[in-house]
Amino acid sequence: MNATKVSGRKQPLFYRLPVISHFRSSVGLQRGMLVTGLVLSVVFLLVAVFAPWIAPYGFAQLSDAAGPFPTQQPPSPAHIWGTTVGGYDVYSRVLWGAQTAAVVIIVAVAMSIFLGVALGLVSGYFGGWLDRVFVVIADAIYAFPSLLLAIVMSIVISHGQSSFWGGIVACSISISVVFVPQYFRVIRAETIRLKAEPYVESAKVVGASSIRIMGRHIFKNATRTLPLIFTLNASEAILTLAGLGFLGFGIEPTSAAEWGYDLNKAIADASSGIWWTGVYPGTAIVLTVLGLTLVGESINDLNDPRLRGRKKAVAGKGGPDSTAGAQAALEAESRVL
Amino acid sequence: MTTLTEAPLNDADGLLPSKKKSSGGGLGTYILVRFFLIIPTIFILVTLVFFLMRVIGDPITAAQGGRLPPEALAQRIHEAGYDRPILVQYLEYVGQVATGNFGTTITDRRPVVEMIITFGTATLELAINALIVALLVGIPLGLISAYKRDKAPDAVLRFFAILCYATPVFFAGLLMKLAFSVWLGWLPVAGRASTRTELAMGSLAAPTGIYWLDALRSGNMAAFGDVAAHSVLPALTLGLLTAGVFLRLVRTNVIGTLGKDYVEAGRSRGVSNYRLVTKHAYKPALIPIITVMGLQIALLLGGAVLTESTFEWKGLGYQLVQYLNARDFVAVQGIVVMLAVIVAVTNFIVDVVAALIDPRVRY
Repeated sequence: MNATKVSGRKQPLFYRLPVISHFRSSVGLQRGMLVTGLVLSVVFLLVAVFAPWIAPYGFAQLSDAAGPFPTQQPPSPAHIWGTTVGGYDVYSRVLWGAQTAAVVIIVAVAMSIFLGVALGLVSGYFGGWLDRVFVVIADAIYAFPSLLLAIVMSIVISHGQSSFWGGIVACSISISVVFVPQYFRVIRAETIRLKAEPYVESAKVVGASSIRIMGRHIFKNATRTLPLIFTLNASEAILTLAGLGFLGFGIEPTSAAEWGYDLNKAIADASSGIWWTGVYPGTAIVLTVLGLTLVGESINDLNDPRLRGRKKAVAGKGGPDSTAGAQAALEAESRVL
Repeated sequence: MTTLTEAPLNDADGLLPSKKKSSGGGLGTYILVRFFLIIPTIFILVTLVFFLMRVIGDPITAAQGGRLPPEALAQRIHEAGYDRPILVQYLEYVGQVATGNFGTTITDRRPVVEMIITFGTATLELAINALIVALLVGIPLGLISAYKRDKAPDAVLRFFAILCYATPVFFAGLLMKLAFSVWLGWLPVAGRASTRTELAMGSLAAPTGIYWLDALRSGNMAAFGDVAAHSVLPALTLGLLTAGVFLRLVRTNVIGTLGKDYVEAGRSRGVSNYRLVTKHAYKPALIPIITVMGLQIALLLGGAVLTESTFEWKGLGYQLVQYLNARDFVAVQGIVVMLAVIVAVTNFIVDVVAALIDPRVRY
C-alpha cells in the first residue's frame, strides 16, 4: 500500500473502478465505442431485470381476455412486433429472452471463472504431472469446436430439453465446459509467472501454507485480466446459448423465452416472407453481443498503452519520449504473455 | 501516425527481436514431435466423448427405447454387446477407432465411415467456399483498415468486423434468405441443388459428392449454374463470420510490421505509404495469419453445423442434428470423433506450414 503513496496523489476509489477509470482515460473514437457498448449493455441488463413489468404478455402466453392470439400476425397495435407461428407475442418473447440470456451468462461465467481459476491456480502453483495432465486436457478441449462440445454436454445433462432452471443450469454447464480451459490457461500462465516473484518466495520462507499463498498472494494478482475475459466470454455465452437453442438443444419454449429457439422457428417463416418472427430476436442477439464486445474491446485497448488513443494536445507531433514509453509498454506486454 | 510501435497481440513471441541461432536441422524432428502430439489430443477427445455419451445409458435404449418391446430391446443390446462392462466396451471402441472402424448407425444401420464420407464432402465444399469468401473479403479489407489506421474507413471496417462476430450465423443466414431469396428472388432459399440437377448428376459414374465438380464433369452448364446459385448464400453466411476474424488479424499484424525498422528505413527513403503496406508490411504479416487460420477451422466447423441447418445443406452438421434428434449416439459419436480428427490434423498441417515458412517456429 505504501507504493501508491510514493507515486503521489491517490485517486478516489470511484475513479479507480474498472470501467470508470477506462472511461476517463479514453478519447475520441475509443470513448465512442466504450459509451456505445456501455449503453447497449445497460439497456440489455435493464430489460432483463424489468422484463416482467415491461412485457405486455407472458413469454408462453397464448391468449388474453380478448381470446387466443392470432398466429403469424404481422405487427399490429395489439402485438407491436407481430406473433409467431405458435401464437406467441414476439415483443414479449424478445424482452423475456433478455432475462434468460442474462441469467445464463451470469451462471455460466461465474461457474467457469470459479472452476477455471481454481484449476489454473492449483495447476500453475504445484506444477508436475498434475499440471501436464490438466494442460493436455485443456488444450484438447480448447481445440475442439465449442458448439459441438456444448451440444454433447446439454444432451448428457438434460437429454436435450428441460424446465426453466433445469434448462438454464444445463445450458450454463454446457457453456462453461467450453470456457473453463480459457480461464485455466490465463490463470495458469499468470500463476507460473507470479510464483517466481520475491514476495511469494518470502511468504514461503515465513511458512505460509500453499492455500494461503495461492488465495492471498497469487489470486489477487493473477485475476487482473478477468474483467476483459468476462465481457468477451459473456458475448460468446450468448452466441453459444442461441446456437444451442437454434439447434433445438436449449430451453423449452414454455419454460423460458430464448432467442435462439425463436430464430429456429423463424427460419421456416422466412421462406414465406414472414420477417418479424426472426428479425426482432436476431437483432436483440446482435445488439447485446455488440454491446458486450464493444465494452470488452475498449477495455482491452485502453489497458494497452500502445493501443490507447491519446488526447490531441498530448499526441501533438510525436514527442521524443513516445518511443521509450512504447518500448516499456512492449516489454510489460511480453512479460504478461 | 504518431505511435508506430505496435506488435500483434496474438503473436508477441513471434515478433520479439529474438536473436537465437537456429541450427536449421530441427525441422524433421519438429514435424515428428508435432505429429505424435496429435495422438494424445485425439485419444482424450475420443475418451471424453465416449464416456459422456455413455453416461445417459446405452445407445440402443436411447434410440429405440419405448418403441421396441423390452425383450427385443434386451436382445438387440446383447447382440451389440452393450451389456458388457463399460471398460471392455471402451477398450474395444478405442481399438476400432484406431483401425478406422466407427461402428454402424442405429437408426439407418449404415457404416459410420461411409455415412461420414457421403456427408463430409458436402461440408468440405461448404467450408472451402466459405474460406474463399473469408479470404477475399477479410484480407483486402484488413489491408485497407491498416492503411487508413484510425481514420474513418478504419473505424467503419473495425465496426464491420465486430458486427460479423456479433451476428449469429443463423441470423445472418435468415437475413440473407429474406433479402436475396424472398424479396429479390435472385437465389434459391435452401438446399445444395434443385432436384433436376441432382438427377442429372446422379447418372455420373463415381460422383465425387462435391457438387460443382460433378456438375462440371457432367458438362451440363445449367446444372453448374444451379449449383453455384445454391452455394452463394451459405458460403457468404459462413464466410462473413470468418472474414471478420481475418480482417482484424490482418489489420493488427500489418500495423505491427509497419512499425518495424526495415519499414521505417523504407519510409525514410521515400517509399510511399501505399507501397509500404502492399509490398513491405504485407508478407511478414501473413505468417501469424496462417497459424490462426488453423484455429479458425474449429470455428468454421462449428459455424458449418449452424449454417447447414439454416440452409438445409445436407452435410455432416445437418446430419449430426438429425442423428441427435433421433438419439442415434453411435452416429453422433462417430461424427464428433471425426471432426476432432479433422481439427487435430489441420492444426498439425498448419504448424508444419508455419515452420516451413518461418524458421523461428521450429526453435
